[in-house]
Amino acid sequence: MDSRLTQFDELAGTDGCTRPPYRKLSQWLAETPPELLASRREQAELLFRRIGITFAVYGAQEATERLIPFDILPRIISRSEWTALEKGLIQRVAALNAFLADIYGAGEILKAGIVPADLVYRNPAYCPEMAGRRAPYDIYVHIAGVDIVRTDDQGFFVLEDNARTPSGVSYMLENREVMMRLFPELFAMHRVAPIENYPDELLATLRSVAPLRANGDPTIVLMTPGQYNSAFYEHSFLADKLGVELVEGRDLFVRDDVVYMRTTEGPRRVDVIYRRIDDDFLDPLCFRPDSALGVAGLMGAYQAGNVTLANAVGAGAADDKAIYTYMPEIIKFYLGEAPLLQNVPTFRCREAEALAYVLDRLDQLVVKEVNGSGGYGMLVGPHASKAQIEEFHAKLKAHPQNFIAQPTLALSTCPIALASGVAPRHVDLRPFVLQGANGARVVPGGLTRVAMTENSLVVNSSQGGGTKDTWVIDDAWVDEKTMGQA
Amino acid sequence: MLSRTADNLYWLARYMERADFLARAIQASRRLAALPKAYGGDETEWESVLLSSGAALAFEESGRPVDEANVVGFLTFAPENPGSIRNCLEQARANARAVRTALTIEMWESINDAYLEMRSLESRGGVACAQELARFLELIKQTSLTYDGGAYRTMLRNDAYWFSRVGLFIERADNTARLLDVKYHVLLPEKEIVGGSLDYFQWSAILRAVSAHTAYHWVYRTSMKPWLVADLLILRPEMPRSLISCYESIVLNLDNLARAHGRQGAAQRHARGLYGRLEKLSMESVFQGGLHEFVQSFIAENNRLGALISEQYLF
Repeated sequence: MDSRLTQFDELAGTDGCTRPPYRKLSQWLAETPPELLASRREQAELLFRRIGITFAVYGAQEATERLIPFDILPRIISRSEWTALEKGLIQRVAALNAFLADIYGAGEILKAGIVPADLVYRNPAYCPEMAGRRAPYDIYVHIAGVDIVRTDDQGFFVLEDNARTPSGVSYMLENREVMMRLFPELFAMHRVAPIENYPDELLATLRSVAPLRANGDPTIVLMTPGQYNSAFYEHSFLADKLGVELVEGRDLFVRDDVVYMRTTEGPRRVDVIYRRIDDDFLDPLCFRPDSALGVAGLMGAYQAGNVTLANAVGAGAADDKAIYTYMPEIIKFYLGEAPLLQNVPTFRCREAEALAYVLDRLDQLVVKEVNGSGGYGMLVGPHASKAQIEEFHAKLKAHPQNFIAQPTLALSTCPIALASGVAPRHVDLRPFVLQGANGARVVPGGLTRVAMTENSLVVNSSQGGGTKDTWVIDDAWVDEKTMGQA
Repeated sequence: MLSRTADNLYWLARYMERADFLARAIQASRRLAALPKAYGGDETEWESVLLSSGAALAFEESGRPVDEANVVGFLTFAPENPGSIRNCLEQARANARAVRTALTIEMWESINDAYLEMRSLESRGGVACAQELARFLELIKQTSLTYDGGAYRTMLRNDAYWFSRVGLFIERADNTARLLDVKYHVLLPEKEIVGGSLDYFQWSAILRAVSAHTAYHWVYRTSMKPWLVADLLILRPEMPRSLISCYESIVLNLDNLARAHGRQGAAQRHARGLYGRLEKLSMESVFQGGLHEFVQSFIAENNRLGALISEQYLF
């Protein structure tokens, strides 16, 4: 972190006075011998390895199955903080859906001149095949992962919307299971909101968007690119929890615009596909002809309304980093409401004035490629070498429209347990928002990602970031305070 | 269920069973090879382990001389031997990982634990001493027991279970038959037994390889006779590794599948036919027609069943 910025620690606050949600944890930490923490750390590692919760890192031959570092201290959010956050998340996802329905339909927001048309139509994630067609029930983003950061006690900022195939929810669920095995005493002390109902909520969401012909009893499948995909563990975990078949492209085929899976009892009709495979690979007839992962004719079946894909094809057009900068306007335009969650202030480098400002301050800003993900294609100014800054200077001048820039945020920190003791590390939060035909659902919490290295701001698991359990607890201290005063 | 899942489960069971058989065969052979020459202990024993495990050709290609160290190394850890225990376990785990949703946590953990342990052993240079080898072989046997027990105790009784059982018993029948095929010459009844036969320890090694050493005495209550060893491994229904017992289980599990799917097919008919023939068979007629010929034709019929199952269920 930039040492010039004041750092907000979620346990210690800014004034060093333990924040209420962390009081019990802090006391427990003070009374707990370091050896106990060390032994629980070992136990956690063992549990994760046994269960086989692994993450594949591309390009690393030796370590194709790596554990994501797990920190044993919970991150704690109070119920009142959560309630505000939850409202903002639901609002945000409603706006994303309205925006997608609009840009693939009438295009009102473009005609109104609020979002520049070229940002939409020239976006590689915009899917022309979807133009003029409506997704079933007008829902495009069924599962969203909205990345949230905080910099002070006041509120939360949205760092990124993930509307394609956001991952990480299995870690959220498994982290909780492991924590409950490791620290029953901590759960007894706190009233932690449960998250174990996530698979049921997801199933209800997927069932709600099934084609009508399924008559309330749809066949749902989860589609994975296969066991070499980095998130394969999550795919199999979710399919298991949902009680649905985990299919690969080769398990499916299309006949007369209807999707079937190959089973031991012959072909079986499929109604809803929760696909964890990118648009480009869905259907070799429609998208990449070299894709061996997809199903020939799938798009035709989708367009005929015989199968629902979640998320919808082309949903990526809404989570682009350039569109992100327009989210406050998008929320106002469709919902007539002020945004409940703020964006991180962002410079659109496509605008000349902003570009000039950014070029002058590359050493202070974070520059991101509009279509990049996973922390790749990114410049963190304060930590960059001279050569890197020069490289980005040139890139920005050549293709300014491909970039946005943000101030280096003083991301909040949380305590983590290291071999050397307890120390603060930067975190973010990815809650998972479900949007079905019958309403929106968010389970309380999400995946907290931790930059395991001191001062690092990069939390992506592909780059060595870790995770921890996220607790939403009742604001019990409010009662205690009132009772004390009485 | 998905055909691919069924296929994976079927092969997963076969790999686990094969690894278990290899471990037992190596243990039995080490015991035999360690005997003085006068008791039947000699290097040709390693030749026959290679044959009964189906690795003889691959071993020959490696160009190494046949001795204990080379053969054991080849059958346990050699990556170039597709049928080594190491590769069986790795294949089993890859299959298990691909169909994790069809396995219970107990089954997955038993495979994954063994795999992790094997990897750590491998990173320390494999099985360097006899003690480590013994521990490794025990680990494999233990794993197949926990895996099998996990399947039996925790799996839903649906096609996932039946496919994996069918795989297990086809592989087990194949293993028993191969063992008989390699050793048939010491099991023929025309050999006159006078006092302590040289082959005595051969017979006991065969029984150990299929964990039937004690069972023999409970079934026959007599000293070891080669034709009874053959009888035990072929026709005794109470012996869980006999050919007839394997086929009883195969028929049962294929029938369960047929009932659930509402259709009897070529696989069921073939299995029932083979089982019926075994039921009517006597050891006299086996020996009359030639033990060797009988075993050879059984292996072919068993393979044929594997092919029919693929055609019928696995696309």
